[in-house]
Amino acid sequence: MSDLSPYALIQPFLDYGFMRRSLIGCLALSIGAPPIGVFLMLRRMSLVGDAMAHAILPGAAIGFLIAGLSLFAMSLGGFITGLTVVLLSGVVTRSTILKEDASLASFYLLSLALGVMIVSVKGSSIDLLHVLFGSVLALDDTALLLVVSIATVSTLVLALIYRPLVLECFDSDFLRSVSRASLPTHFLFLVLLVLNLVGGFQALGTLMVVGIMLLPAISARFWAVSVAGMIAAAVVLAFLASFTGLLLSYHFDIPSGPAIILTAGGFYLLSMLLGARGGAVVRLMPRRPRGQAEQVAT
Amino acid sequence: MSGTKPSLVAFDDLTLGYDGVPVLSGVSGTIAEGDLLALIGPNGAGKSTLLKAMMGEIKPLSGAVRLLGLKPSDIAYLPQRSDIDPSFPMSVFDCVAMGLWREIGVFGGVGRAGREKVMAALETVGLAAFARSPIGSLSGGQLQRSLFARLLLQDAPLILLDEPFRAIDAETVENLLTLIERWHGEGRTIVAALHDTRRVRAHFPKTLIVAREVVAWGPTKEVLTPANLGRSDQERAAWEGPAAHAAEARLPA
Repeated sequence: MSDLSPYALIQPFLDYGFMRRSLIGCLALSIGAPPIGVFLMLRRMSLVGDAMAHAILPGAAIGFLIAGLSLFAMSLGGFITGLTVVLLSGVVTRSTILKEDASLASFYLLSLALGVMIVSVKGSSIDLLHVLFGSVLALDDTALLLVVSIATVSTLVLALIYRPLVLECFDSDFLRSVSRASLPTHFLFLVLLVLNLVGGFQALGTLMVVGIMLLPAISARFWAVSVAGMIAAAVVLAFLASFTGLLLSYHFDIPSGPAIILTAGGFYLLSMLLGARGGAVVRLMPRRPRGQAEQVAT
Repeated sequence: MSGTKPSLVAFDDLTLGYDGVPVLSGVSGTIAEGDLLALIGPNGAGKSTLLKAMMGEIKPLSGAVRLLGLKPSDIAYLPQRSDIDPSFPMSVFDCVAMGLWREIGVFGGVGRAGREKVMAALETVGLAAFARSPIGSLSGGQLQRSLFARLLLQDAPLILLDEPFRAIDAETVENLLTLIERWHGEGRTIVAALHDTRRVRAHFPKTLIVAREVVAWGPTKEVLTPANLGRSDQERAAWEGPAAHAAEARLPA
């Protein structure tokens, strides 16, 4: 990093089209995915994001087999297998004694093995790496359009199901007692999850896309006291991580996807230590005597 | 059970259970409009199961629960152990406001009238000062009060309460009993699963004792006898074995 002036913060984006594209792609991802991550975390489903990311692999691989490195084919394939895993595990959960995490785990592992098999038999390991780790610096117009469309659809649908979704996370018994929205809400939410993972895998790969979804969301827990506040904080953190990660990637010549996720991870560590809401330092600091109302509460 | 008031819920030789194993068998009878009914019996007697069947959450193994002139959404239900996560980022106000669901649904705004109703409900349960607090700052008793405030807003003709006073301080229990009596005065029908027979005698005109079957059902004075309570205890000993029976406290007679 030869130039430490503020200009270095924007120069790569002014000079290079591919940097602008990756920035736009990452910003779109940062709008769509972190809100999904917030709800995953609130529903104690954080690891489901990871499971679903694996489930997408065989679809992407089949798409790759049929059409080569065609983003559309790979995305469609990934979406179809992701959705299949969600539906099958939903059916198994409701019709057998298995809980949702167990049935989801079974299907995503099957799906993952199938995906690795297909890629290994038919493609090269370089292709596998591409699907697993993405290439944010190689986003073309089609890819950008896809990412931005998915972020748009995701945000709109999330706005539509926001109230039942919050209630489903907070008190699903109550939601079921007042309305029939519970099941469709849960299902739509899982569709949004798959959609966002598909939207991100071209840029960050099927595995690391979970990072931009969850790390900012989990960090946001330490800064906000409402669901809306957490969503806003998560989006801002994802923005910052994308921007910073891309710059680090450019100036230090390191891979961009991991740089973005590592930056988001750095924000997580900072939030966990310094976060205003339940961060480690705040908790360890001696505090003033609390009000009577709070004493009753504890 | 009442002759004059119309029936709201009818049980027709109802058998309930899980995975084909009966938990509560042969329930027949009706809950009349305006009943304030205590549902008592030892742990595992089928009290929660009966309430869940009224909510339509579990399907009968045989027989039927019939709602007479009621929609499922006319029933307000407070489960025994709600899976509410106290660290969930939600204010007391928002939690209570969800009681307006029937009016606002998925998209409707709460509006000024709605906000006033929420504040009035919080006032009633003595939590007005906590409206903006996160629910995580409430004690167990306060959280239960806020859930009662939510029930208030649901404005339901039939209210089902599953062990509403479990692990709640005495003052809150008195406060909530006052609310239940107010609902009774408004002509609502209330069914509450309870343990404390002293409170049942003091506040609930009718009682249904279950122990895997109906032990007795009728006016509390006639039903809540040592003989009936002893019978429900014996039934429990029969299905749990003497060891489990001795390990836990007996039903207070």
